[in-house]
Amino acid sequence: MATTLLTAQVNGTPQALPQDPRRTLLDWLRDDLGLTGTKKGCDHGQCGACTVLVEGRRINSCLSLAALHEGDAIETIEGIGTPDALAPLQRAFVAHDGFQCGYCTPGQICSAKALMAELAEGWPSAASVDVSARPMPTPDELRERMSGNLCRCGAYSNIIAALEEVIAAENPV
Amino acid sequence: MHLPLSDMYNKPDERNLLDHMHQGVIGKPLDRPEGPLKVSGSATYSAEWRIDGCVDGVLVLASIAQGKATAVHQDEVLARDGVLAVIVDPAMPRRSAQGMATKAPKQDVANVEYFGQPVALVVAERFEQARDAALALRVDYADAADPVPLDPHAPGVKVEPAPDSKPTEGGDLNQAMRDAAHTLDVEYETPGHASAAMEPHATIAQWQGDSLILHASYQMLAYNVKEIADCLGLSTDKVRIIAPYVGGGFGSKLGITHEAVSAALAARELGRPVRVVMTRQHVFQTVMRRSETLQRVRLAADAAGRLIGLGHEALVSNLPGEQFAEPVTQATEFLYGGENRLLKVEVARICRLTAGSVRAPGEAVGMQVLEAAMDELAEKIGIDPVELRKRNLPAKVPVKGTPYSSRMLVEALEQGAQAFGWAARKNRPCQTREGDWWVGMGMASAARVNMMVPAKARVTLKADGTALVETDQTDIGTGTYAILGQIAGEMLGLPIDRVTVKLGDTALPPGAGSGGSFGAISTGSAAMHACEAIREKLARKLDCKAEDLAIQDGVARSPEGHGRPLTDLLAGEDLAETGSVKPGKTAKDFSQASYGAFFAEVAVHAFTGEVRVRRMTGAFGFGRVLNAKTARSQCLGGMVWGIGSALTEELVFDTRDGHLVNHDLAEYHVPVHADVPAIEVILLEERDAAASPLQAKGVGELGICGAAGAIANAVYNACGVRVRSFPLTLDKIIADLPDPFASAA
Amino acid sequence: MKAFTLDHARSAEEALASLGQGHTAIAGGTNLVDLMKLQVALPDRLVSLRRTGLDAIVPEGDGLRIGALVTNADCAADMRVRQDWPLLSQAILAGASPQLRNRATTGGNLCQRTRCGYFYDTTQACNKREAGTGCAAREGFNRIHAVLGTSDACIATYPGDMAVALLALDAVVLTEGPFGPRQIPLAMFHREPGDDPTRDNVLHPGEMITAVKLPAPTGGRQVYRKVRDRASYAFALVSVAVDLSMEDGRIARCALAFGSLGTVPWRDPKVEAVLTGEAPSPALFAEAADVLLRDARGFGANDFKIPLAARALAATLAQATKG
Repeated sequence: MATTLLTAQVNGTPQALPQDPRRTLLDWLRDDLGLTGTKKGCDHGQCGACTVLVEGRRINSCLSLAALHEGDAIETIEGIGTPDALAPLQRAFVAHDGFQCGYCTPGQICSAKALMAELAEGWPSAASVDVSARPMPTPDELRERMSGNLCRCGAYSNIIAALEEVIAAENPV
Repeated sequence: MHLPLSDMYNKPDERNLLDHMHQGVIGKPLDRPEGPLKVSGSATYSAEWRIDGCVDGVLVLASIAQGKATAVHQDEVLARDGVLAVIVDPAMPRRSAQGMATKAPKQDVANVEYFGQPVALVVAERFEQARDAALALRVDYADAADPVPLDPHAPGVKVEPAPDSKPTEGGDLNQAMRDAAHTLDVEYETPGHASAAMEPHATIAQWQGDSLILHASYQMLAYNVKEIADCLGLSTDKVRIIAPYVGGGFGSKLGITHEAVSAALAARELGRPVRVVMTRQHVFQTVMRRSETLQRVRLAADAAGRLIGLGHEALVSNLPGEQFAEPVTQATEFLYGGENRLLKVEVARICRLTAGSVRAPGEAVGMQVLEAAMDELAEKIGIDPVELRKRNLPAKVPVKGTPYSSRMLVEALEQGAQAFGWAARKNRPCQTREGDWWVGMGMASAARVNMMVPAKARVTLKADGTALVETDQTDIGTGTYAILGQIAGEMLGLPIDRVTVKLGDTALPPGAGSGGSFGAISTGSAAMHACEAIREKLARKLDCKAEDLAIQDGVARSPEGHGRPLTDLLAGEDLAETGSVKPGKTAKDFSQASYGAFFAEVAVHAFTGEVRVRRMTGAFGFGRVLNAKTARSQCLGGMVWGIGSALTEELVFDTRDGHLVNHDLAEYHVPVHADVPAIEVILLEERDAAASPLQAKGVGELGICGAAGAIANAVYNACGVRVRSFPLTLDKIIADLPDPFASAA
Repeated sequence: MKAFTLDHARSAEEALASLGQGHTAIAGGTNLVDLMKLQVALPDRLVSLRRTGLDAIVPEGDGLRIGALVTNADCAADMRVRQDWPLLSQAILAGASPQLRNRATTGGNLCQRTRCGYFYDTTQACNKREAGTGCAAREGFNRIHAVLGTSDACIATYPGDMAVALLALDAVVLTEGPFGPRQIPLAMFHREPGDDPTRDNVLHPGEMITAVKLPAPTGGRQVYRKVRDRASYAFALVSVAVDLSMEDGRIARCALAFGSLGTVPWRDPKVEAVLTGEAPSPALFAEAADVLLRDARGFGANDFKIPLAARALAATLAQATKG
């Protein structure tokens, strides 16, 4: 056990997990791997700035221990797009001004990406009137589903506008 | 080269240069140029710089309210794995510096002045080791012999007039209150607030010889350099702060604070770089709070609703010896009439975290109460709230007689009301019921003082026909990168992709800093002056006057009409100029403010009293719009703050031991996505030459100034419950709600 | 965070063995890691339950067996849950945030600790965190605290949503431990503080939740109402879970449970007795509330929970009995 390197995949590249089990997924990404795109806003799962995708599901990386992710495929904001090759979600955020200071933004975008997958899988939310029905991407649904991501600059309505545009583009009527 | 105008802004610049240029980028809703970096996680914030050999420090907070830290048992934690140092240094500040302090705040952390004050820093190889050791560090305390009260309402608490200000008095308010046809005398309270920027305070400190370099998250770098230099006994030319991206400030990063100074001290002692990132709990407990307020508003109006008397008095609080007092009556000074007046702020001296600037100090809480009181008066008199405002806009500032430089309040009221559909409002409460919800509408005026602050910016028109704007001005989400580029692009006739803006480094000319909504207009004006100087030189090359020089898409034209590419004119030489502005007589000769109006529709749950904002409209006039996209976002952001201030935000201090009970984002409730409905923003164009040569005024805080009042007024209109204590949590509403099983009243 | 060792159990048996040796279980970690960072929880040895295979949702008779490691998100999104036990899905979705629900597990959620600000703050006296140190909340800021089931030692609420729905649905908690397997009705799983607030539930040392079992669907109208200070991402001030069936304009059967009202998820058969067989009306709802709150006691900042609970109950019953 002592000499085996446990790894997780981060944006497609295997990375060795840290030795100290106290190291959170967030601090491992930021400090050990230098992937500082994921942000620490509160370190206690109360703001969503640390949101990353693990096996396509959004989680707060600050509350997960890196050592619990052996074998997982993890995607961070850096994996979603780069300044020269932005993903549609990222371009929409720029066009709609879905950010101001930018600190919550990677978390918002990772969350939005996962949200789209959840909608595609038909997951309900607290805004769904009938939990057994297929949910529709109404503004109320999108707001509820994004509520795990705080934005103190108050870019909320622009974020929703960006998300609506991307969802509509992926689901042309 | 001698600029055509002195850099002191003594006379309004009526030339209105920006409207006479030809590039067509100023004012446009251009994307933020740093957007691609922010949305891809490539913008580097302070904690994120990779510095070789850097170690981590974690602050240790006092667990008494006041007294002395008599012993710090360093050896116990120094023995732990990875722990490198315990810093307990008299240079460490006890308090955060106030905005624009330029000198050290009170230091010597052996003296404890409020529960949670930092008393030490523990440094270790790795963050987890430092955090662990910081929590384990044993500190002995002796309680203060003569304690300062913990509660601003405690009997015997010392109350003083607000320092650096005098009450405004005119006529005889008491007489007006006796004589007037309609009077209102009400008390409101607002709680303490936190800035709660998403990025916690973070500094990486490194020494190079006797010079200190900080990667730190602050708003006003030139001032912060002076503050930390003073803390450490350095000359200011030995300190450099780098902050190209700041994850929000909202006042909390105006003045230097604990993590920066302790990081610098630790780095000096250890001879290696030290990073100190505040935990979210630390940010809440150690940096700054907006003071709670108790406000008394007296309104005396004639039969037609014209104010003849206006009283606005506030009690705020702060630590002994702090000059800052929340300027609650700041907008009341100039907003409405009523020559018989008393405006006054007093400060209770208490043992509690330093009170200082949180976004829109003064107006944020003063306007929300004044506008609620005006709504009560409108109801008493029986006139429409919008009409009441329109009847009370003076021709000159009451008592002082200063003229207004510009004021689009009437337009904001009218256009906002129109866009919102204000005419559909029922003028009595409990008239509209939709399912389980009472629905209502409310409005408020918006007003925020405008000011200019000394600023410099260097613009270089490069030989290759691109331009570079450089200044230590920060972009804290305010859109500085966009706006400065647009000013330079417009003045120099360059497409926006040929302009680069470099910010947030004190090696660059000192900008105004981000605060008080003055950053854009101050540093922007400095950039404009620099561009003017460059235009002068270009004009001479073309043998014409600067005002006749037309540049567009990098091609310069004189009245003769021959177009010369700038690259030709420059002939391989850069042209660099540093522009400068300072406030001058225009600040005294005119009352300068940005104005607007808010309209809100809310739903109040008939059973539970939960309040939800269903929609909001804000109309704002703040001089020239520099970038319609970023300005709109500032207004949106401000209105979101208004929702929080109205409905959910409150710092709760336990007055038994003075500690802050809700010191994290789980229990200090800022608005979430689901709290924020569709918000409409209307930007009204105007030009204000007295405010700045850009003809622009500030917009960064305007969206907060009164918004919570509109929401409170809407709550009353919905369900008939007038709550005079913010936030309007449901426990304050349910006691007086009508029978939930009734329909409209 | 205090240093600790982390083992990974590869089966339920391995997990039990570790727990028997005094390890602390970690599943999603969304509560435990939070508390460990603040040194409110100080385990020396953790055992991860990630690979124990307890993450299936399987029909069992007419009911449903939900593995302890099933995430809140998966449980709420499961179509069987959504169709036949919608109350459970609604309650889970009302809790936390999507990110937290993707990690929080059925077992972990049942064990989550209180949100009392004094429990969370190691500078403050708290009998739940450290026996015998006192209760700073009683005379302090107790806005979110309980009005039912309190004791002199503690007034903290269990803050979760899922357990409230499970209580109304008559769920049973299945465990394995040193004394063998147990089936604990949810009504008996959480403990009121009494003299020993340090124990939130009846789990023995070394005992582990393996699953939660739902009985056959009731087919009733199910509503979960969560009343809170902001529209999302906040704990309940009060929550109400209702599952009732109507017949001939009368309430034929009902099950009601309440969250953040008592020190534990609260269910009172006397309240249900008031409602059963009766035609819904505001007067009936008020009578039910009176019975529910007969022994309710506020501590100052949470006095409002009493009228709020009555109002929330009326609103939820009105909704569930409509049409």
